[in-house]
Amino acid sequence: MNFWERLYLPAIFQGMGITFKHMFKKKETIFYPEFEREFSENWRGMHSLKRDEEGRERCTACGLCALSCPAEAITMIAAERQKGEETLYREEKYAAVYEINMLRCIFCGLCEEACPKEAIYLDGPIVPADYLRKDFIYGKDKLVEESMKVQQN
Amino acid sequence: MELAFIIEKFGLILVIFLVSLTIAAYSTLAERKIAGFLQDRVGPNRAGPGGMFQPLADGLKMFFKEEIIPTDSSKALFILGPSLALFTSFLGSAVIPWGQDVEIFGRQVSLQITDINVGILYIFGVVSLGVYGIMIGGWASNNKFSLMGAVRAASQSISYEIPMGLSIIALLMLTNTLSMKEIAEQQHGFNWNVFYQPVGFLIFLICSFAETNRTPFDLPECETELVGGYHTEYSGFKMGAFMFAEYLNMFLASAVMSTLYFGGYNYPGMDFVNELLGPLFGPLIGMGVLILKIFAFIFLFMWVRWTVPRFRYDQLMNLGWKILIPLAIANIVITGIVITLIDKL
Repeated sequence: MNFWERLYLPAIFQGMGITFKHMFKKKETIFYPEFEREFSENWRGMHSLKRDEEGRERCTACGLCALSCPAEAITMIAAERQKGEETLYREEKYAAVYEINMLRCIFCGLCEEACPKEAIYLDGPIVPADYLRKDFIYGKDKLVEESMKVQQN
Repeated sequence: MELAFIIEKFGLILVIFLVSLTIAAYSTLAERKIAGFLQDRVGPNRAGPGGMFQPLADGLKMFFKEEIIPTDSSKALFILGPSLALFTSFLGSAVIPWGQDVEIFGRQVSLQITDINVGILYIFGVVSLGVYGIMIGGWASNNKFSLMGAVRAASQSISYEIPMGLSIIALLMLTNTLSMKEIAEQQHGFNWNVFYQPVGFLIFLICSFAETNRTPFDLPECETELVGGYHTEYSGFKMGAFMFAEYLNMFLASAVMSTLYFGGYNYPGMDFVNELLGPLFGPLIGMGVLILKIFAFIFLFMWVRWTVPRFRYDQLMNLGWKILIPLAIANIVITGIVITLIDKL
């Protein structure tokens, strides 16, 4: 190193010049709750349980999604469709309880691929933060898509 | 002593106390904001408009946190450490001349709490006391990381006080006085000491960084090696007191540098402004100028912190003993020769 380099001060001033320039650069921050980053088309977010064209739940509680889930985040309890419920459930067997633990879920999308009825898709928004662990277990009230009638109104 | 004098001094003390508290509190916000800006971020912006109430939120959080005193620590010293650090960092601002004398209700009021004739020595004494807070706190924690931080703080402080004092001697050869007020008056207008003592100022600046434990000299709290350094075991408000003391020290160091080298409340064209605005508002403008200079120095402290990486410990000692002290002595000799030559010619 020559004398000029051994002084270190020129190098420090150079570095300070670089940081000072960055003060006036465009900030990359996205103000998350108000604005959202643009996601790619195959981005996987919160799950939604789909309905068919007549507004009936597609899920038949076969349990393939729970079986395929590597994080063991999905549990369900199946029930038999009663007379008069044909407008609610498409198949003769349906999921009475369907729960996904969002803290366990790794958003791999294997449930989506395993589903033979095209009933579950990870096409929702970012799963929001919460304070209690129990609030991260999402039941059918949060997962099932809104029925056609509600959507139309 | 007359009553008006007591009221006047008490008011001044109160104002300076509150102002330095506010500036120290908002320095924490400024630090985070500037860190953000220098890294293409925006910094805290949720508490109030532009994050204006962030210091309040931080302060409240500090108050409500649980205070943990380690079982094996010596409790009295554990509490004394941060108290002393905070206390000594308030003391220094007593001798800073904040402006020229103002005239209120026909009385000449000095904008300096006390003009002792050894003002600079007083500041040096108070600044050296500050390290006792860190040492006592680090030792009382009964934790090896705290102890290492405390030892580092002590040795660093001793090493850098020597070049700091030597750089001041060259300045005192020019000013022929130790009183802060007279030094400020001598720099009337644009006759600032930094033009006569640039090397002295550079040494003083580097030593100020070391004395206030700011990056690149923040080895006492070096988090990559020592967890948190001397405040590893501290939590809640005692931790806050250490943080606050650091920012107050930064404010004081900026004020001292502005007063000694950058003309304090003096600015070019001040006579004209003083005649225009009268004996009350003219000096207040000068006070504003001093505050602006202090802010500029505080910005410099933060700018350097977010640019320069931390020294290694041997580099720190080499810089202090092998470079800054010889440089400061050379500065004294050259200043002496130049003063003698000018006197003879």
